[in-house]
Amino acid sequence: MAGFIPSTREEQLEMLKAIGLTSFLDLYKDVPADMILKDGDLNLPSGMSEMEVSALMSRIAAKNKVYATCLRGAGAYDHYIPSIVKYIPAKEEFLTAYTPYQAEMSQGILQSIFEYQTDVCNLTGMDVSNASVYDGATAAAEAAAMCRDRNRRVTLVSACAHPDTINTIRTYSYGTNDEMIVIPEKDGKTDLEALKALLNASVASVYVQQPNFNGLFEDAEAIAALTHDAGALFILGVNPIALGIMKTPRDMGADIAVGEAQPLGMPLSYGGPYLGFMATTAKHMRKLPGRIVGQTEDANGERAFVLSLQAREQHIRREKASSNICSNQALCALTAGLYLSAMGPEGLKKAATQSMSKAHYLAKKLCELPGVEMVYPGEYFHEFVTTLPKQDEALLALEKAGILGGLPVEGGVLWCATEKVSRDALDKAVQIVKEVLIS
Amino acid sequence: MKLIFEKSVKGRGMQYLPKCDVEEVALPESLRRAEAPALPEISETDLSRHYTELVKRVHGVNSGFYPLGSCTMKYNPRIDEEMAALPGFTGVHPLAPLHATEGCTEVIETAKDLLTEITGMDDMTFQPAAGAHGEFTGVLLIKQYHDARGDKKRTKIIVPDSAHGTNPATAAMCGYTVVNIPSAPNGCVDLEALKAVLGDDTAGLMLTNPNTVGIFDENILEITRLVHEAGGLCYYDGANLNAVMGVVRPGDMGFDCIHLNLHKTFATPHGGGGPGSGAVGCKEHLSEFLPKSALMTGEEGIQVKSFAGNFLVVVKALTYILTLGKEGIPMAAKNAVLNANYLMRKIQGTFEPAFDRICMHEFVLDLSTFKKETGVSALDVAKTLIDNGMHPPTMYFPLIVHEALMLEPTETESRETLDWAAEVFRSLYELAHTDPDYMHASPHNAQIARPDEVKAARNPILKYQG
Amino acid sequence: MNFPKDLKYASSHEWVKIENGVATVGISDFAQDALGDVVYVSLPNVGDKVKVGVSFGDVESVKAVSDLIAPVSGVVCEVNEELADAPENLNSDPYGAWIIKVEQVSEEADLLDSEAYEAHCAEEA
Repeated sequence: MAGFIPSTREEQLEMLKAIGLTSFLDLYKDVPADMILKDGDLNLPSGMSEMEVSALMSRIAAKNKVYATCLRGAGAYDHYIPSIVKYIPAKEEFLTAYTPYQAEMSQGILQSIFEYQTDVCNLTGMDVSNASVYDGATAAAEAAAMCRDRNRRVTLVSACAHPDTINTIRTYSYGTNDEMIVIPEKDGKTDLEALKALLNASVASVYVQQPNFNGLFEDAEAIAALTHDAGALFILGVNPIALGIMKTPRDMGADIAVGEAQPLGMPLSYGGPYLGFMATTAKHMRKLPGRIVGQTEDANGERAFVLSLQAREQHIRREKASSNICSNQALCALTAGLYLSAMGPEGLKKAATQSMSKAHYLAKKLCELPGVEMVYPGEYFHEFVTTLPKQDEALLALEKAGILGGLPVEGGVLWCATEKVSRDALDKAVQIVKEVLIS
Repeated sequence: MKLIFEKSVKGRGMQYLPKCDVEEVALPESLRRAEAPALPEISETDLSRHYTELVKRVHGVNSGFYPLGSCTMKYNPRIDEEMAALPGFTGVHPLAPLHATEGCTEVIETAKDLLTEITGMDDMTFQPAAGAHGEFTGVLLIKQYHDARGDKKRTKIIVPDSAHGTNPATAAMCGYTVVNIPSAPNGCVDLEALKAVLGDDTAGLMLTNPNTVGIFDENILEITRLVHEAGGLCYYDGANLNAVMGVVRPGDMGFDCIHLNLHKTFATPHGGGGPGSGAVGCKEHLSEFLPKSALMTGEEGIQVKSFAGNFLVVVKALTYILTLGKEGIPMAAKNAVLNANYLMRKIQGTFEPAFDRICMHEFVLDLSTFKKETGVSALDVAKTLIDNGMHPPTMYFPLIVHEALMLEPTETESRETLDWAAEVFRSLYELAHTDPDYMHASPHNAQIARPDEVKAARNPILKYQG
Repeated sequence: MNFPKDLKYASSHEWVKIENGVATVGISDFAQDALGDVVYVSLPNVGDKVKVGVSFGDVESVKAVSDLIAPVSGVVCEVNEELADAPENLNSDPYGAWIIKVEQVSEEADLLDSEAYEAHCAEEA
């Protein structure tokens, strides 16, 4: 039966009769009659069998090109996903459960979130994490919102953050009629002198991304010091894979750590579903938006998990809540937790080190080509910007060989490498670019 | 059961990556982590069993009846998952060149065409990731509209007191003052109360129709007309669209913009709390204000999330809509309404509906009299349902009904399931009169007994303490 | 339910005691009972100005949050920091567990005496 409706036509009529009605239209007597759609009014295709839908959707999917090698990042990263990480989140109960309102029948979901919160705290060095938000950009915007108080309303955002993150913070600020100011860049990084000039008693927070959109490491500790001296809070957006080897946001002086956790086991998926993480110090715990799972005991004294600190949230606080978020990305959080357990501290370190090493290898090889050079000085992680003569031609040649080259950005091309790309694939890519440049 | 961290043994773990085949580069000292993160170290066997143990402690739609009001817990078809897992969708970089993402564009355009037809809108975005996120986007459309006209005096959003908590929270996130209006006794908009607050400071009205008590507001055209006359716009909270999809369109009711919960109405799974998709539709006059990705389009405008939203969720919803088609979409709505009315009448005589009339896709039981008689609360009933293998209804919502239990069976439940559920409710009604103490202490056979939420909130333990 | 005679009450359920120009403010027995187990109190800082009818903080229970409405205008001169760690004191001893003390009192709300307040509570219950 179309619509996954179990009832047969006869059963439907019997049920209508049981409630004293004769037709479906009787159910809609409150709806003004001329508003009700008649047969044929709804311009949709006819329903299809599963076999037909499957064929149609597969044909549409085949119109996309999936590259064997991906040298493009810019906020979406192609890391290796262990097989187990793909299969466990597809278990039907995980998939089809709602938000764990009823703790007595949701301990599995609650515990998975509690474990995820622990992972995020371990990675970031923070005291408390929420159960996730929509993605890295919204995590940054929510963090900016949680820093505002009556007197401090302005958010300063580094020009070297992801453009989508900047624009999302701008949009959230527009919502609450608050100001967001972009801190200019200098040599591919946040301009510290400019930041100094922008800081004042109206600034609530400073947002910086580490490593930044250009792949460069910011001098986060200096930025933290400047921010704190001005009485503002420091929000650091971090790449979670980098945290396998990089100093924690806590140690870099951040008050709130946020980021995009897509690299932790989620495929590229044309941009989503991804996963935003948010963690902070104990001091700001009650300002953290979103669901938070806490440990407690049940009536028999056994360990139990519940949705906790709910008085922060919209369903209780209504217009006084600092955020309206309720649904988050729970299944993605479960995936990230699973990925981190599968990889372990050693595996994560390896993924981070190899991504960085391969990016440096690629940079070195590309810069041996005529006219290709690094656009910015400074330490970088797994992304970097180079100049690239004959840019369009070179990227097209790579595409033809099944390689998605770097992303064209201002001043050149933003390249990325992860542990997934072999040295052979890197050499091949460099060879293809070389052939274009010397032809 | 143990936490994954309690199963960790130092030195254990899997090797998923090969040896590094290029020269290894290390971070400079100043950027290096002081110590490795305390992630679990565990074999794949133990990891697999850990999640199998967890999954046994989860109740999904696939496990059993889930009449959680306002959440539309309908069956989530497997085929939708299979289509969303196609490598042709999962392997696409959001910043790949346009000619390499034609399939993704087609998914989005087709879903947009079908959903604007179903809702009576002209345009749509899939960038918002959830219902509340869609509300935020929709109200920002209203804000931009007034701003673009230089109409700065509109500072108020009207929200009925029966609304979901997200509505007032959203209006506040958009910089508006929330004007709550009382509902009429039947939960519908009180026209006089509405007229009294409308004025040239009205930016808009946020409304769910059918409303949160499961009743279609018969004055809907008059309501939207009054708001428009005052210069405001009308926002449709699509949380309850499952009652009317394919039967009547929000666009025809006079709404200017709308959010849909693809994870409710269009059968994509909730995933234990997400990811969802809060698609936002609008009429032509708001189209220019829809959000875009700065990086993908290079265009200016608002943006509520990176890239194009939760794309794979859109793939699932599209698969669902194509499966149902023009015949199945209205049949789903009609059967959702039929099932709700059938269940309500079957329970009636014990627990009483708050409104004794035909309901839409959900209904509210008012247990206040029952509680006075027996001392058993809506919470006690909910917790005893757990012992019966049923997920409890939404409790204590909407706020305008005391001791409320809100049930939404959805169209994908069979008559036998509804008969069984009614029987369970009736038996609990009896039990409350004979053994209320048993119900105060419920559940008795669940994963855990009632948790101490006060302890959790007073002394928060929010991560594994080691 | 307890309504001490020596206190004055706001209809929003705060109690006040003014001595030597300093107003001590807490929440009533009725308020704590209606809220249930208090789990957190959001407190102002010493030096903050409070104004009659305006919220100066809030009290959270597990499933509710309630604004604390200032029954007097003035400047906060003392805050009961104990409540940060022991919010349950508001339940066990609502008239002992004061929340703030206010000096430079410039305005008072229309406060009720204990009898009138008890009648007001009876109406709300």
